[in-house]
Amino acid sequence: MNLLKKIMGIVWMVIAPVVIYFLITGAVHNVNNGGKPIPWIIMIAVSIPIAVGLMIFGYYALKGEYDKLPESSEELN
Amino acid sequence: MANANSPKGIGKVIFSSSLGTLIEWYDFYIFGMLAKTISSQFFPEGNETAALLSTLAIFAAGFLVRPFGALVFGRLGDLIGRKYTFLLTLVLMGGSTFLIGLVPSYKAIGMAAPLLVLLLRLVQGLALGGEYGGAATYVAEHAPAHRRGYFTAWIQTTATLGLFVALGVIMAVKNNMSDAAFNKEWGGWRYPFWISILLVGVSIYIRLKMNESPVFAKLKAEKKTSVNPLKESFGHKANFKMVLLALFGAVMGQGVIWYTGQFYAQSFLENTVKIEFMQNREILLWAIGLATPFFLVFGALSDKIGRKWIMLTGMLLGVIFYRPIFNTMLKDADVKKDLSGNVNFIKENTKVSDYKGDSIIQITSVYKTNDGIKFSTVLTDTLKKGRSISKEAEQIINANKNALFIDKQLPTPLKWKFIGLIWIMIIFVTMVYGPVAAFLVELFPTKIRYTSMSLPYHIGNGVFGGLVPFIATLLTATFTTDPLVGLWYPIGVAALCFVIGALYLNNKIDEEIND
Repeated sequence: MNLLKKIMGIVWMVIAPVVIYFLITGAVHNVNNGGKPIPWIIMIAVSIPIAVGLMIFGYYALKGEYDKLPESSEELN
Repeated sequence: MANANSPKGIGKVIFSSSLGTLIEWYDFYIFGMLAKTISSQFFPEGNETAALLSTLAIFAAGFLVRPFGALVFGRLGDLIGRKYTFLLTLVLMGGSTFLIGLVPSYKAIGMAAPLLVLLLRLVQGLALGGEYGGAATYVAEHAPAHRRGYFTAWIQTTATLGLFVALGVIMAVKNNMSDAAFNKEWGGWRYPFWISILLVGVSIYIRLKMNESPVFAKLKAEKKTSVNPLKESFGHKANFKMVLLALFGAVMGQGVIWYTGQFYAQSFLENTVKIEFMQNREILLWAIGLATPFFLVFGALSDKIGRKWIMLTGMLLGVIFYRPIFNTMLKDADVKKDLSGNVNFIKENTKVSDYKGDSIIQITSVYKTNDGIKFSTVLTDTLKKGRSISKEAEQIINANKNALFIDKQLPTPLKWKFIGLIWIMIIFVTMVYGPVAAFLVELFPTKIRYTSMSLPYHIGNGVFGGLVPFIATLLTATFTTDPLVGLWYPIGVAALCFVIGALYLNNKIDEEIND
């Protein structure tokens, strides 16, 4: 199970930039066809930090940080 | 105050916390429910879809700032206490909602109107970002460990009940006046905003009588509160990795399931299926009313079998059943298939008006299908000079191009089928949302709990969930061949969250949260 968690960490790290890529190409396509740019700019601006968060999550998973979750607050300090 | 651990004491804690949170949700949701009316008041006339999208963008802006509210007020709640922080959020929310009801229309003050509404909407979002974490934490810190899921589930019902009250108030106002009186510049649509100030006044009075959370008070007495909750929550890897896990493994999926079942469903019925305004709200009202007790059922169940699999099952069911459910509603209310002759004409109304120097003719005809669905068609065209209105109308009706099929009223059996379908989707909501407060509270230590649980919750709900109506409408407007294309967004997010949650989350219930 822990091996699967680590392998999937790579998937999360890859998914994040792929989503941003499709968001940007979708925005360009839509704006070129007469769509308003503002909603897309907002969506991309909001999505980038979340995608970075997903990459960090994937990195932690790859490093085995989620192999054992803390069971008390003392483990979090 | 009665001992908070006694049944009476915890009941009082739940009531005081829930009432304020319910009112905050009410304030937040009336905007979304009146989106169509608001778009006609605060944006220039012309392009209906653009105005609706702009209104939904303002609606979404309220969601986008919720994480910032979570940071600002979460920090405050971990520094000065839960009680005063969520009193402040209540005042901000009530005040901004009341003021939205006072903003003059676009016709009166031009672009200042949508800008003022946007500003007030941002204040609403900030306030809501601070409210929920406080209320959930406050109740959880009073609740016994073996019933934490059940007691915090009462807080979870407030979001749905806020929606329920908002729907009820809007319907009550609308029932007592004509459409024209409701939709005019200073008409009935503003009343739900004004009512908010009364509700907030009552709630502030009740909350002022509350005591501080015993867990936080103890921490404060021992001088163990956090000095910098933001740094401790997000600067320490051990905490930050749990914030990320909470977001991607639970609340991201919970957010999209919530907003698809309760918000996008309403928007879809109104704008895509074209169900008549009042019947649309009636359907939602019944479905919400009948499903709400299940928040408590799944909250209590999570105390017995753990939180994880109940939440993830709700997500999985959404992934599997959203498209079939929405497709059924679309097909069942499709009246175009009956146009070949299975319709009975009821009445017709022709209106001619001036538009930018030209004459516009609009013919509204009311029909009823043999299945009992009543609907209107609207045909709009320019009026040719020198032709009589009746000749023109005849030609337009015969051409029958670009007719809008609106204001569908379903017969009773079909209406109940729709209520059942929406009810099923809200059951998914109760599965993911009922146990989530207890789940989040147990994930983080007391001194940074308000900050740590608020941020992922509001990114999940505010950003991922709040964007559902907006992104789905945008997708539907972009890819016009598939009316269900908007569903791929919540389905994709919920599926991703399900996989992450299934792999990485723990199903263990944390007995000791007072640390």
